Parts: sequence; C-alpha cells; structure tokens
Amino acid sequence: MLRFAPVLTVILMVGPVLAGLLGTLLPAFGYLPALGGGEWSLSAWRELAAQPGLEISLRLSAVSGLLATLISFAVVMLFCAAWQGTRVFGAIQRVLSPILSIPHAAAAFGLAFLIAPSGWIVRLVAPLAGWQQPPDIVTLQDGWGLALVAGLVIKEIPFLFLMTLGALQQANAGQSQQVALSLGYGRVAGWLKTVLPRIYPQIRLPLFAVLAYSASVVDVAMILGPTTPSPLAVRILHWLSDPDLSMRFMASAASLLQLMLVAGLIALWMAGEKIAGFCGLYWAEGGGRYRRDGAVRLTVAVVSILAAGLILAGIAALAVWSIAGFWRYPDLLPGQFTVKLWLRELPALAGALINSVLIGGAAIMIGIILVIACLEREARQSARPGRGVMWLIYLPLLMPQISFMFGLQVFFGYLGLERSFISVVLAHLVFVLPYMFLSLADPYRSLDDRYRHTGLCLGAGPDRVFWQVVLPLLARPVLAALAVGFAVSIGQYLPTLLIGAGRFATITTDAVALAAGNDRRMIGIYGLLQALLPFAGFAVAMLVPAIVFRQRRGMRDGL
Amino acid sequence: MSSPETAISPSGLVLAGVKITLKGQVLCDLDLTVAPGEIVTLMGPSGAGKSSLLGYICGTLAPGFTCRGRVWLKGREIGTLPPQDRHVGILFQDDLLFPYLSVGGNLAFALPVDIRGRGQRRDKIDQALEIAGLAGFADRDPATLSGGQRARVAVMRVLLSAPSALLLDEPFSRLDAKLRSQFREFVFEQARQQNLPTLMVTHDPEDANATGGPVITLTDHRAQQA
Amino acid sequence: MAKTVTRLMAATLLVAGVSLASFAAQADPAPDMKNWDAVVKQANGQTVYWYAWGGEPRINDYIAWAGKQVQERYGVSVKQVKLADTADAVSKVVSEKAAGKTDGGAVDMIWINGENFAAMKRNDLLFGPWVEQTPNFKYVDVTGKPTTVNDFTVPTDGLEAPWGMAQLSFFYDTARVKTPPQSAQELLAWLQNHPGRFTYPQPPDYMGSSFLKQVLSELVADPAVLQKPADQADAQKVLAPLWTYLAKLQPVLWREGKAYPANGAALRAMMADNEIDTGFSFSAAEVSAAIANFELPDTVRSFVFKGGTLGNTNFVAIPFNASAKAGAVVLADFLMSPHAQLRKQNPEIWGSFTVLDMDKIPATDRKAFDALDLGVATLSPAEMGNVLPEPHPSWMELVESEWQKRYGVAK
Repeated sequence: MLRFAPVLTVILMVGPVLAGLLGTLLPAFGYLPALGGGEWSLSAWRELAAQPGLEISLRLSAVSGLLATLISFAVVMLFCAAWQGTRVFGAIQRVLSPILSIPHAAAAFGLAFLIAPSGWIVRLVAPLAGWQQPPDIVTLQDGWGLALVAGLVIKEIPFLFLMTLGALQQANAGQSQQVALSLGYGRVAGWLKTVLPRIYPQIRLPLFAVLAYSASVVDVAMILGPTTPSPLAVRILHWLSDPDLSMRFMASAASLLQLMLVAGLIALWMAGEKIAGFCGLYWAEGGGRYRRDGAVRLTVAVVSILAAGLILAGIAALAVWSIAGFWRYPDLLPGQFTVKLWLRELPALAGALINSVLIGGAAIMIGIILVIACLEREARQSARPGRGVMWLIYLPLLMPQISFMFGLQVFFGYLGLERSFISVVLAHLVFVLPYMFLSLADPYRSLDDRYRHTGLCLGAGPDRVFWQVVLPLLARPVLAALAVGFAVSIGQYLPTLLIGAGRFATITTDAVALAAGNDRRMIGIYGLLQALLPFAGFAVAMLVPAIVFRQRRGMRDGL
Repeated sequence: MSSPETAISPSGLVLAGVKITLKGQVLCDLDLTVAPGEIVTLMGPSGAGKSSLLGYICGTLAPGFTCRGRVWLKGREIGTLPPQDRHVGILFQDDLLFPYLSVGGNLAFALPVDIRGRGQRRDKIDQALEIAGLAGFADRDPATLSGGQRARVAVMRVLLSAPSALLLDEPFSRLDAKLRSQFREFVFEQARQQNLPTLMVTHDPEDANATGGPVITLTDHRAQQA
Repeated sequence: MAKTVTRLMAATLLVAGVSLASFAAQADPAPDMKNWDAVVKQANGQTVYWYAWGGEPRINDYIAWAGKQVQERYGVSVKQVKLADTADAVSKVVSEKAAGKTDGGAVDMIWINGENFAAMKRNDLLFGPWVEQTPNFKYVDVTGKPTTVNDFTVPTDGLEAPWGMAQLSFFYDTARVKTPPQSAQELLAWLQNHPGRFTYPQPPDYMGSSFLKQVLSELVADPAVLQKPADQADAQKVLAPLWTYLAKLQPVLWREGKAYPANGAALRAMMADNEIDTGFSFSAAEVSAAIANFELPDTVRSFVFKGGTLGNTNFVAIPFNASAKAGAVVLADFLMSPHAQLRKQNPEIWGSFTVLDMDKIPATDRKAFDALDLGVATLSPAEMGNVLPEPHPSWMELVESEWQKRYGVAK
C-alpha cells in the first residue's frame, strides 16, 4: 500500500492544485464562460500592463520578499552561530511558541499599534515632546515597504528558527562547534564555517516558503505595506473583489504574473546560493579565526530579542485593546477597562472552536500520513520517484491564495463535494500539506540510513523499524510538522468560507469578518483567540518530546 | 579460506561470484567462504567497494547498484531474503545506539521475540551487560556512557539478535589506541565464542594482524589473498 | 505502517464516497410568487444561508434576531454566513455557475447594493422578479425614497428587496472643531487651515469612492448627467471640477495623500487616535453606537452638508441557483415588515433608517417609530436633510480608474 502513497498524495493534491491553477490560467487568457468570456485573447494582459504603477507594485513585492527573507535568514543563522548551547538560546526557545502561534495579521496589527505615529512608542515620548497631536509622518505604509518588511521579519524569524532547531539536532551541530572552537575559531565564524553548510540543505525549502510567502503576502501587507500603490498581491485581491466581474480576467493574468515573480525570486535566490557557496568555501578555507566576535554576538542578540520583544509587545497591545474602554491619544493606557466584549463573545465561541479543531485535526492527520508515507516510501526505495510531480504540491505556496480559490470552488463543485466537511478538510490540506512536507522532508531525508540498516540487521522488519526506530528519532520534527500544519489550518479563511460555503464557522472566519468592522477591541479579542489553538499545538510539540525524552541527553535539540 | 566449489562448510558464510557494479564500474568481484568462528579481513583503498559488499550481504544496499552472485549462510541462500530475515549482524564505526532508548532498551530491541517473558528477557540483557563489563547499566541513558562503553553495548546488541554471521565495518576506527586493542579482543572473543563467521572491513593492518585469520585485499576489484 | 496507511486511506475514501452519495441535489422549485400562502408553505422547514457582511456585532445580533423570528413564525431557519467582503458571495455564485450548478446553490440570500447588484444583474446571477409580490412591499416608500427601487440608478426590477436606508453623514469632535464645514468647498477651505486633519479611505473602497461621488455631485454643473451612463456624456468635462478640487485637496490631506485608511471603519479609530478631526460614514447611528462601544469620545457629533449628501438603499437579493428560494423570500418579506424595520431603526439595536412610508404603515407602528429616541449623536431623518441620488455605476468606475491613475501612485 505504501507504494500508492505518492500517487494518492498527488491525486489529493494535484486535482485541487491544477484546478486552482486552471481557474487562473484560463481566465487570464480570456476563457471564463460563466462571465461571458468564451474566446482566447490577450486583452487581460494588455489591460494589466496598462495599470498605473504596476512596475512599482512588482518592485515592492520583489524587494520586500527578498529583504524579509534575507534579514530573517541572517538573523537566525547569526543568532544560532553566536548563542547555540547557551542560556540565551534556551530563553529564546521558551518564548518561541507564543510568538509562532500569533496569526500574521494579528502580529501585524500589534506592530502597527506600536510604531504608528499615534502608537505606543510615540505615546511614551509624547508627554515629554509635547505632541498634542500625533506627528503627521509616514511610519506605517511607507513607500519603501520597510514597515512591511519589519512585520514579515518578526514573524519569519521564529518560523525559520523552529525549522533550524530541527536541523541542528540532525546535524550533530554541537560536536562540529566543539571541533571549530578547539581549532581556535571564534564562536560565530566556527559555526558559520562548520555547521551552516551542513544545516543549510535542511532549511532550504522553508527558506523558499518564506520567500514565496513574503513576496505574495496579502493580510500583513494590507496593514503595514504601502498602498500608493500596494504590492502586487494586494492589488490582485482588490481586482478579484471588484464588483465589476470583468476585472477577474485581468486579476487572473496578474496572479500568473505573481507566480512568475515568485518563481523568478526563487531562481534568483538559488543563483545567490551558488555564489555564496563559492565565496563561503573560499572564506572557510582561508582559515581566518575571527576570535573577537563579541560585538557581532551582542548585536545579533539585541536584534533577536528586539524581534521577539516587538511581537510580545504586540501581543500585549492586543490584550490591552481587548479589555479597553475608551482609549484616546496620547494616553499610555485606556481610561477605563471593561470585559463587556469578552463576555459578549465568549458564549458563542464553543462551536467555532470545535469546528477549528476538527477541521485542523483532520487535515493534519491526513497530511502527516501522506507526508510520512511518501517520505518512508522514498527512504525504503532509496529513490525519489516522481519528484517532478511532487513539486506541484508547493504550488499553492507560490501564488496568493485568493487566486486559487475560484478554480478550487469549481473543482469541488464538479465533484459535488462542496459544503461537506471532507471538502473543507481537503481544501485545507492543499495549503497545509506543503508546509508539513517542507518542514518534515529534510529532517526525514537526512536521517542517518545506518540507523535503519542497524534495525533491519538486528532482525526487525521494515514496519517495526519505522515505528520503533524512525518515528522516535524523528519525533521532534514530526510533532513540529503537525504543529505547523495545525497553525496553518487554523489560519485558513478563504478555503473555509468558500469551499465550506459558510457552513463551517471557525474562529478565523469569525475573526476576519469582524475585523472588517475595524474595532480594535474585537481585533484584540479575536487575535488572542486565534492564537490560542496554535499555541496549544506548538506547546504540545515542544513539551511532549521534552517530557518523554527527559532522561535522554542524546534527544535534546542539537546541543 | 577456500573456494566455493570445494565448500565443505555449510554452516559458514559463502559468497559465490559476487560482482557489484555502480554505473557500469565494477566495485568488487569475488568468491569467498568464511567458516564459523573464522575472521576474514577485507582491506583495500577507499572506494574499493568494501562497504558496498557488506551492504550487499546485509541486503541494505541502495538500488542504484547492480549486483550478481549468490550468498549462502548456514547452507541457506540469503541473497534474496529481506534484510531482517538474513540473520546477519553488522557493526559500524559509530555505535548507532538509539538515543531515545535506555541501554537496556537498546538491547531489548535486538532480543528475538521468541524469548518470552519479562523476567527471561531481562535476564538475557543483564547477562549480556555483565559480559560487556557493564553490569547494572540497563537503565542508563546511552548518552551518559563513554565511547568505549557505548561500543561494547553496540556489540552486545548485535550478538543478542542471535545472528548467524557478523559483519564489521571499521568498527574500531573511532576508538583511541589503548581502547582499540582491548575492544578488538573483546569483539573477536565474542565472535569466536558464538562460532560466527565474521567478515571485517578495515584500513588498519593492525586490525588485520589481530584476527590471526586470512586477509583479502581488494585491488582492481579482484580479491587477492595476502 | 503499511496496514495503518491502508486503513486510513480506505477510511478517507469511504468518507469521501459517503458524502458524495449523500449530496443529493436539493432541487427546489422556484416559488410561485402569485400564491403567497404556497410560498410560505414551501418555505417551512427550509434553511436559508444568508451571506452578509459580518463586521459589526450589533448587526450580526440583529440578523440573529430576525432569524429567530422567521423560525418561530414560518419554520424557516436562518444561518448568517459572515463575510468580510460581499465580493466573496458574488464569487461563490460565479464559481457555481462556472461549475454548471444551476440549482442547489450554496448562497440563498446576499446583503447587497450598488455595483455588486449591477454586476450580478448584468450577468444573470439573480433569481426573480419576486419583490413586488411580497405582502410587506406595499409599505415601502417607493416614491419618497426612490432609491428603494433604483439602486445606484439601476432599476431593481423586483430582483432585490430594500431593507435599510443609508445616507452619507459626517462626524466631528466638538472638543477640537468649533464649526464643522457645511460643503465640499468649505471642507477644502477648513482643511487648508488645518492640514492633515481629514482624509478619505482609498478608492476603490466603497466609502472612499462615495466621498469622491459626494464631491462630484456637489460640484457637477448639471447633476442630471450623472443619472445616465457615463458614455452618454462628455465625461472629461463632467469630471473636470472634481479633479480641480482634488488637486487642491490632496496636498492638505492626512499624510499628504501618501497613505490612506483602508476603509470607512478605520476613520473611527483615527478619530480616537487624534489623527483626524472629522470623518464620515454611511450610517447616521454609527456615531452613537461607537460612543457606546468606547470607539469614539462622547464629544463626537454628526452633521451633514447643507446642500445634501448621497443616499442609497441596502437590499437583499436571491441568487439564481439558491437552494431555499421560498425561505429567502419569506425572510426578505419579514425584513420589510414594520416590526422588523422598527427594531432596525432603534439606535440601541442598530440605528438604520427604515425604507417604509410612515403614511402607509398601520397607525400603531407609526406611533412606535415616532417614539424612538435616536441618541445624542444621531441626526433624525428630518435633520439628515436633502438626499442626493447616487450617480450611475459607470461614473463610479470611471472616477475610480481615473483616481488610480492620478493618485494611486504617489509622486
């Protein structure tokens, strides 16, 4: 049966993904009979090219995507290099779960309230500076997209950090670092020269995901990004939501452009890898010890703590807003507090919470079985059959989600499966599975084959080896993949709403609908509620191995 | 060491016309018989296909290789069996103890299921630990043991799985000189005591000398007896 | 492993199969609008999925109340599908049409108006006509409130039922502004003295575009041309005064027009943050509700322009392939009843003005309407003043795309 795993995965994924892609591809070239488009044409592309500021939108998407990825990557690598195996490292690990669980949009909202000209930071100094009115300057939504990059970086650092933790454990990073130190290398240089080359292949896919996400993000960009014009993905959302239904043709063309942009950025990154690899080799072989790296270590610690601090302060802002009475500028805290809104919302939440858990739970269970079955088959065959097709499963990460939804709805409609629980789960799977795959694939593939061989030669059959050797060794990355998948599922708005046809109200569908009313108290309440379930997921993923393996030093992460 | 045609050792490990090629390049091509209790050493430059040969005997060789030939163990042809049914134990240069199990747990993993009953299984494990000079270590975390201790646990783990042959893939190369000769003696003694046909791959002539058995050098992918 | 996988995969397929089988097409014959009793009978036991913007808890509460009422009265169960954007509902219907789903559709009713209605009507995505045959439609003030049958100048043709009036009104903080501007021109003059203290949401946001239409309606030489499609006039000449006005307004806007709030609701938060001194909304009762909800200081008051402000009507429509058309019709009829309209106008519930004609409804209901206390910050229907008609949707499209060219890319 295992040999059908890749086929089944491809069927479950490729159907919806191809449908999603076709739903964009056909209208982009003029074909969408439901809206009277029955002829092939390039007019959508001409219309798109004529959009004012299109090149600026493209540049914004590209630059903010690349910058956010580069900065997050550099910070995570330098932080691990400088502090792995120290108390600071442990402390940062402990705040990881809450930071990972907060939804992107809620984190962006929190950051916005911190850095806005009427935000918390300005309110701290306003009484001293005598600012009766908030300064009329652009901090959020700046034309360069720097606030957007900041918002992405503070959320992507924890994600990459989580992925790196898994890789470090596999790579025996602690030992390599010891070797480098004993050869007289500075901490940072030693790590970069010995550990980085070994873990990089393992975090490469997550990096691509970060790049693709950052270049095509919608919700964070709507809160923090510039709007004159917006990055391309945001404009696609507006075009697709335009009451003028004929705009959908152009929006589809724009979605393809977005897909090409992301593919181009990944190609660019790969080229950068080649160059960096070449220079890095030269650098490593140069033998420079860089022993005095105190300043670097301090800087990267400050940056990491600042990034974590910004998110935590943002969460604090959400919490305060959720119980705020009237709160005027420049008051540091609301004049009065009230739990009235909490009390109004809480009784109605049980159903939404249960739906969220059921859909997410089902999606990650199917997801983890498919992912593990594919990877296990690959390991047993020591071959990677149909890798070309497997790339398709990453496609949903490369395009803005909304451009996928039309084709996906038509697809499930044809199957007669829309509005059913299973279709919502399958639609979630389309977006959950790629994340689960990329967080588990590399740890799985880099598991030392000799463990497997040892088990087999000790007389254990392949199944027993899987359950008793492979799974325990990969317990951490498997649980992390489950937690990541769960968090992704909990955050799904459009697939839940559109494929479920509104039959399955979740915390997130309620949250997004209510956020449209722009009441910061409701955003605070639902932002926290949305973080609750993923937080539980990440906490379980981190605590369970820590407790189960508490007496096994060899199972601690890479230390 | 004798040629398979004259094989009179049905209980040994017999390789007949084994030829392993990778992308058209012949890695090794040999006939070999290892008698029970005999330790044969396989030497040769890196990349000569020594480890591939061991993988082939175990049945864990990656599919990219093309193999020809037959393998008998205890008179039974094992070349077509899945690895777990071949009863071939292997030791690598790393101990590869399962880090999530205790020392005793690692040993219990290897113990065949036909040894039933908690008490009986526990006795077997305790006996094995005692032989290894590690009495009372059953509940220890492998990560807290010294390198030498871990290596001995790894040996006992293989032996507890009741193999019919033993393969050694440079198992001593990670140990320092003093530990090395001690441990080598320990392994050889165990192998002889259990009357196992043993095939060892090594770079170190000292390892080869210590076996007192035949030494085969793989050059030009043909076996040559030293 | 293999066994587990097999079992789970089998289970997955089984569940998929079962749900496939159980998905019988709920073909619901179109209700016979000539026979109201039959419609009511057909509606009994149906479930209406009502796709409605869900950004305001008090509006969601009202919808829940209405659902409970029709459940008790007609046995129709109502489920609100809360949307962040009405476009998602339109999208749903379009995708069903693309999949060939001509009945048993997911959407039974949409809260809709303006461009979305025009688009759905143009693409034959609506069921009807059905509105004029409903019993409560006779109370609707189709003459006094012509927008109840002409949605942004597009005739409703019985395809959507009016359920609330909306009129642009402004609000200002009396603690910061002494006398608020009374027209678009006064607003400009005031802003030139208080630069940065006003802005509008970025078009094509509904509220942002509405502000532009308000200015256009005030400045246009002949308002009548706006009631016809833009291609029947010299559009450039008609729009010229708007661009002249904006050329002067943009430099004194908040952030000098380099950034904009995303939507109308954001203006309230900006008032509380002291980022702006005056804002606007489409619901006169919003200010009172926002004060009660701690969103605005209690010194904020509403006002309208002397020459009048844009007004329109909110509707509910039924998609061509709805599963529960009879149920949706019955619900829509209830929403137009004096009972439901009275509760809707109550500022403590919602505060949305009625579509009904006070002279047509029963006297007891009229008394109840008169007795409503609208709250300190809310203008009464009489104080709302002159209602300017919405221009034809083609003008909005033109203004939006031209705005995008001029101001959508910051210089």
